[in-house]
Amino acid sequence: MFEKALKGNKYYWMWLAFLGTFMAIAAFCYVRQFHYGLGLTGMSRDVSWGLYISQFTFLVGVAAGGVMLALPYYVHNYKVFGKITILGEFLAIAALLMCLSFIVVDLGQPMRLMNVILHAQPRSMLFYDMIVLNGYLFLNILCGWVILTAERKEVKPPKWIYFFVYLSIPFAVSIHTVTAMLYCGLPGRHFWLSAIIAPRFLASAFAAGPALIVIVALILKRVANFDVGKKAVDKLATIILYAALVNMFFVGLEFFVAYYSNIPGHIHSIEYLFFGLEHNGHVYNNLVPFMRMFVVLFVVGVALLSIPYTRKRSDFWLGAGCTALFISLWLDKGIGFVLGGFVPNPLNEITEYYPTANEIFIVVGIWAMGGFVLTILYKIALGVEHEIEA
Amino acid sequence: MDKKRRDFLKIAGATTLAGLGGPAVVERLVSGTSPAQAKAAHGAETHGVVSEHEKENAPTGRRLGMVVDLRQLKKHPELMEKIVHACHAQHNVPHFPNKKDEIKWIWRTEFDKAFTEHSHYHKDKLTIANDVLVFCNHCDEPPCVKACPTRATFKTKDGIVAMDYHRCIGCRFCMAACPYGSRSFNWRDPRAGLDMNRINRHFPTRMRGVVEKCNFCAELVGLGKLPKCVEVCGSTRAMIFGDLNDPDSEIRKVLKDNFTIQRKPSLGTHPSVFYIV
Repeated sequence: MFEKALKGNKYYWMWLAFLGTFMAIAAFCYVRQFHYGLGLTGMSRDVSWGLYISQFTFLVGVAAGGVMLALPYYVHNYKVFGKITILGEFLAIAALLMCLSFIVVDLGQPMRLMNVILHAQPRSMLFYDMIVLNGYLFLNILCGWVILTAERKEVKPPKWIYFFVYLSIPFAVSIHTVTAMLYCGLPGRHFWLSAIIAPRFLASAFAAGPALIVIVALILKRVANFDVGKKAVDKLATIILYAALVNMFFVGLEFFVAYYSNIPGHIHSIEYLFFGLEHNGHVYNNLVPFMRMFVVLFVVGVALLSIPYTRKRSDFWLGAGCTALFISLWLDKGIGFVLGGFVPNPLNEITEYYPTANEIFIVVGIWAMGGFVLTILYKIALGVEHEIEA
Repeated sequence: MDKKRRDFLKIAGATTLAGLGGPAVVERLVSGTSPAQAKAAHGAETHGVVSEHEKENAPTGRRLGMVVDLRQLKKHPELMEKIVHACHAQHNVPHFPNKKDEIKWIWRTEFDKAFTEHSHYHKDKLTIANDVLVFCNHCDEPPCVKACPTRATFKTKDGIVAMDYHRCIGCRFCMAACPYGSRSFNWRDPRAGLDMNRINRHFPTRMRGVVEKCNFCAELVGLGKLPKCVEVCGSTRAMIFGDLNDPDSEIRKVLKDNFTIQRKPSLGTHPSVFYIV
């Protein structure tokens, strides 16, 4: 089926070349980092994880979000999602490849990666994260490919594949739960030490993943003559709306616990993220604009998705609403959550993190790689769909 | 299901349960200890409910620990710098002027920063004026060891939390897990921050991309010597090192005779480092 990715109009190739340029720049930047060490990033002793791990955390959510399509379609036989489900499965593949890349570029000694298997430590949450992420990647490749092949031959998918399809549903939940457990099981990091982190991650994932799918579906309708159906998009918009609201509810609960209990350790990170933290007469607030933007875009996105006119009458406003929510959730989890947890450090000192240009280019390049993989996978899937229609 | 099969399953279940619980009971009987008897290293007898951080596991083998006498450090103000310098020289810890690349095994800091749970408004002048030495606590329940996905950081049978620099993949999960900020990462080639003509040839330099921290001078203790910091303190006895599980050791005597505190005891990490304020 790969041959379908090799045929396309000039815009298809220009788009791939555009993404490829950023991938090449990132590869160059990574070679620099590989030779010098992670000192080329903005990370330090105090903020020891930066953009790489925060992007990883967010993208695990995007990968898990696809389950909001697979679950209604496969378990509840919700036929409306028939055409859109494959978009979710292939998005998960691209997102997981980005996740794994972000982990690898974050390692100080990437050549020793296999030590995680050779000297496995079953008490480490990273061990389980490795298992579920790779497992979910495998399941999505398997299910997506087998179902698409069956579709192409215009036969029903083989029965055995449904075992893996159903298995992938708990796996989707598990990837984000285990990723949350990387953070919420650490003593002395008050911001992360909260039982609500895993449910909050899932809520945010079930909004961010489908939001990206709606955006892509609207683009494909225009550029690839592929319509998933108005009803499917509308149902997805409802799912996004509720999931985003639940995420905000959980964020609100974190605020309540911190400020009502008035325990300094619980307040500090939230104060730093949203208002700026004062320390020895200096106010540290470099993440405040991002977190305020998170709230503003959340309100805008929820409004655009709730008002009947903007949601149902116009693809543009629906797309804008989903984009606003996607960026909002990215700011929340892909910026604030990971970086905020390191401020203040265990000795109540404050070090602020500023990513370097080299680091940002690597981040952009990995996102471009995800877009590249996604484009090729969608090209194949849509090629098959068009072939059947013809 | 017929009767016989049910009975069989019942017996099988009961036997399995007995098999699971049995060894623990036997062990308890043989060793003659109960969890209540294994009390805190402070020697403090607490009646009623014992909170989690006051409990200590039953002694097995050696558990090396340290007492830092802050009164002695106050009396000898030059000592702290000497200790830090000696430790970093012993272990070839590089010096980088850029704080972003910083690596430190032991360092001086303010009381408030070392003891975040003990800070309050009206502290005495001496506490405000004098610093504290902080380093790895060599916890009995180390969160870093649990977090490490490759067992590159591990607890030795002496209770030292040690590092295998050749196994570490540099994921820095241990740095996020350590509640004391005791761990450093080699953001760049550490040799760039060392005078290679003056390094200690008996201890390896590290490579970039691995985590490091205080190792209680395992390389010296293994030879029957004292850790470098303790050696530097000499007759001031500002730092006392020994086996916390040996009731006759000097460190246990010091712990018995003095009021000591620990860093963040509420986290249940059971640090092996004690401070006399």
